[in-house]
Amino acid sequence: MLPEIVLTIGASLLLIAPVLGWRQREGAAKWAMLSLLAVTFATVSICSFAVTGIAQSRTFASMFALDPFAIFFKLLFIAAVAMVTLLSDDFLRESRYSSWEYYSLLAFALTGMMFMASGIHLASIYIGLELMSLSSYILAGFFKNEEKSTEAAMKYFVLGAVSSAILLYGISLIYGVTGSLNLLAIASSMSKIVSNDALMFGIMLLGAGLCFKIAAVPFHVWTPDVYEGAPTPITAFLSTASKGAAVAIFARIFYLALHDFHLDWSNVLATIAALSMILGNLAAITQDNVKRMLAYSSIGHAGYVLLGILSMNAMGLRGVLLYTLVYVFANLGIWATVLMLRRHEYAGERIDDFEGLSRRAPFWAFAMVIFLLSLGGIPPTAGFIGKYFLFAAAVQAGFGWLAIVAVLMSAVSMFFYLRIVVAMYMKEGSEAEVAITAPLKWVAAVSLAITLFVGIAPAPLVNQVTRSSNWVAARAAILPNAGR
Amino acid sequence: MDIGILNIVTYLPLLGAAVILFFFRDPKKIRYSATFFAAVDFVWSLALWWNFDPKASGEAMFQYRWTREWISTLGVRYDFGVDGIAVLLIVLTTFMGLIAIWSSFTAIEHRQKEYYVLLLLLQTGMIGTFCSLDFFLFYVFWEVMLVPMYFLIGIWGGSRKLYAAIKFFLYTLTGSVLMLLSILALYFFNDDGIPFLHIAGLHRGYTFSILQFHQIGHLIPPSLQFWIFLGFFFGFAIKVPMFPFHTWLPDAHTEAPTAGSIILAAVLLKMGTYGFVRIALPVLPDATRQLIVPIVVLAIIGIIYGALVTLVQKDMKKLIAYSSVSHLGFVMLGMFALNPMGLKGSVIQMINHGISTGALFLLVGMIYERRHSRLISDYGGLAKQMPMYATLFLIAALSSMGLPALNGFIGEFTILVGAANRNIWWAVFAAVGIVLGAAYLLWLYQRVFWGPLDNPANKNLKDLNRRELVLLVSLVGCMVWIGIYPKPIFDMLDQPVDYIMQKVDPAYYHQSAVAAPAPVRPATPAAGSKTLEAAK
Repeated sequence: MLPEIVLTIGASLLLIAPVLGWRQREGAAKWAMLSLLAVTFATVSICSFAVTGIAQSRTFASMFALDPFAIFFKLLFIAAVAMVTLLSDDFLRESRYSSWEYYSLLAFALTGMMFMASGIHLASIYIGLELMSLSSYILAGFFKNEEKSTEAAMKYFVLGAVSSAILLYGISLIYGVTGSLNLLAIASSMSKIVSNDALMFGIMLLGAGLCFKIAAVPFHVWTPDVYEGAPTPITAFLSTASKGAAVAIFARIFYLALHDFHLDWSNVLATIAALSMILGNLAAITQDNVKRMLAYSSIGHAGYVLLGILSMNAMGLRGVLLYTLVYVFANLGIWATVLMLRRHEYAGERIDDFEGLSRRAPFWAFAMVIFLLSLGGIPPTAGFIGKYFLFAAAVQAGFGWLAIVAVLMSAVSMFFYLRIVVAMYMKEGSEAEVAITAPLKWVAAVSLAITLFVGIAPAPLVNQVTRSSNWVAARAAILPNAGR
Repeated sequence: MDIGILNIVTYLPLLGAAVILFFFRDPKKIRYSATFFAAVDFVWSLALWWNFDPKASGEAMFQYRWTREWISTLGVRYDFGVDGIAVLLIVLTTFMGLIAIWSSFTAIEHRQKEYYVLLLLLQTGMIGTFCSLDFFLFYVFWEVMLVPMYFLIGIWGGSRKLYAAIKFFLYTLTGSVLMLLSILALYFFNDDGIPFLHIAGLHRGYTFSILQFHQIGHLIPPSLQFWIFLGFFFGFAIKVPMFPFHTWLPDAHTEAPTAGSIILAAVLLKMGTYGFVRIALPVLPDATRQLIVPIVVLAIIGIIYGALVTLVQKDMKKLIAYSSVSHLGFVMLGMFALNPMGLKGSVIQMINHGISTGALFLLVGMIYERRHSRLISDYGGLAKQMPMYATLFLIAALSSMGLPALNGFIGEFTILVGAANRNIWWAVFAAVGIVLGAAYLLWLYQRVFWGPLDNPANKNLKDLNRRELVLLVSLVGCMVWIGIYPKPIFDMLDQPVDYIMQKVDPAYYHQSAVAAPAPVRPATPAAGSKTLEAAK
């Protein structure tokens, strides 16, 4: 638990730093945050060496586990938050708000996410989730004087609180039936249950709460408004790291605890996945605002990730891990490019703003094409590898119809991704300046390198993901009902 | 370390693209270096042909094999290798690629760097697809082709370029993702089929190897084969394009810049037919035999409908585009005659169509560059003004319509023989297509080149310059060569065709050895003609 302790202390220090007389030194906040993240990253890596060879090391009354699955997600979250920090730099400099508070909230959100990645107990998962969500609500409304930002935060908070309540109710029902909150204990007592309505209801509520967090249809309505209203770096955070954390617990809970009733919930989840892919991608076609468009497309991506969860096989879990990583970096790259176009508060948000970008910033326009192709799943970008695993898992699990929906919808999704490409390459645009600052360049360049590298030489990552997901996937396969 | 000649041929254009991207700024240098790389690539591909042993049979027929582990967890291998068909198509690709690049010297005036980089990138994608012997790799290269072509149409295209580019992209992508599902279904069947693999003494577990699926394909239950075939069919038939899926083609062809149209017609369309030959037929023999009739019906509809639509076109480029639908119908017809003659004719026709239609697009592009109009009604009497141009156009048109002693005849004749062997009515309908083909091309020629030279804008047109002449004469040279001495090409096809026939219809050789004059499958021809009548 060392990394979490380090991070919590660091986050608290960030919060009190202005009180200690650092208020005027706004510039230092970014460096403080980055070094905090670097230290956390290092401690996670050291811890991961410490637990090599051990399937899972548990502490804190078996509420907190350090296993390869957790380490994979923790490192991913730290990297993503570091990139969000870089994205936020210019944005904060132009605003009047304290960057110390901002970064401290971001660090607390990260702490929550790291607890989520490690949680093997519904209580610790829930606490992690709430820590992340509460920080995100504040961050979404961080620009207090912006009407849109406040509205987004309010919507996010109200709907998020309701969904947390639903989630909690589901957890309590599951506790009532199985008598435990530990995921493994739930699984073992479930294996003795043939059928139980209260349990089914509990699973349903739990699933509904989680679907809200990953923005799957029909629990998606908050997404476009919140993504549009929140400050762009925070949108980047919500759509990548925060969503990734929700995916991590979704996968962990369903694979570890609920696999015994796979046949009961997989069809419900399949319907949700199909609806998310169809609605998300079709709705994105009509959007003119890039933030809204990406919001709808992220609903579609939630549907793809669900494929990996509902197929309940090793391929699927690997797909979930891979796709989360791929999606996080492609999206961060896109947000970096969107921020490059920012001239005033809200520019860079309309598709028209991309017009002629290939002239103004040829390299970054090219990078944007790669990110969009990656989201669309076109080889040789990383997105193809991720989608490949998810589709393969669905085919393997016998969800052929769902795989057909998925591939057709990814063809549809190329339609609106190409709208941005058309604007960049095939329209003559304004000659307005672009604000390409060093931090944005770093984020875009790193994302580009990862997206291309994983696309061309996927073997190292695939091996890593296999190692990371083996233990969890193996637990799911132990019981006879699981998988097909 | 052994680099592998196939890797050289495949990645040389990519290297060229990188060099141009990073080192050149001057348009002139960009043009010449692009041509240089394309020319060197062409020479390498000739070496490929020269050193190829057309006599090798069975799996040894796939030569220059170069395999490495790629994603070992999945069983994905980087597996390159070519048989006679692939070698011919690669040579066609590098040759037409060189022509396309060279022909763009004056046609493209803005954003030249991106243009040549994309053309070279496209070439890598195309050659890679022909070389791949692994489904995963095949799919990757298949998709790599898509993006450069999209940009070529979208940036340098005509007035409706955006519409055409998106339509092209989405159509093709939809087909290829369905193909991906079929690949996945095959992949997992292989997993279930471990006992089969043991019997065959093959590698156990997951594999994407196309050659291994050639061996175990017939073990897949026919009902499953049907669905897998359907997925591949969508992927390939859209690319070909076969009759109901052809609507993207006229738009893409008409709006694309000349070089784009050349590449599209000469090579990209062949991807679909190549896919059928390499994957659909040998891997899924039962489904193939089951679906002969519906596919042949679509092919014949394509031939006749394509020709009829071609007749009424007012735009020269669109006319040639629609004629491709008709010609590709021939290729499909020959292929699904499922006998050696038909298959050989089909492959030869792929190459012929590439050369002839490529030449026609090039010719239309040249006149468009001078007059900025593609409407037939704007022209007339050009034969007096541009005698060389008129002569070469005539040869290309005659080759396209299948005049003996030119290449088109060889292909069409072989296909007709193959089709007639299976069912005489197929050949009859196809022959109607040939007659219509002669009609639309001769009528086009008549309207453009004969009659009075009455449009004043045409009075100052210059005849071909030296560069254009070299381009066209080299294409015409190929037409005459294949028309008079096609033996080197037929030699390349003997073994591959034999191999495919063994896979797709092992009974065929057996029956012809017994010298039974009866048709291979007595039920099929009768059903075929009935369906045809119904289709009319």
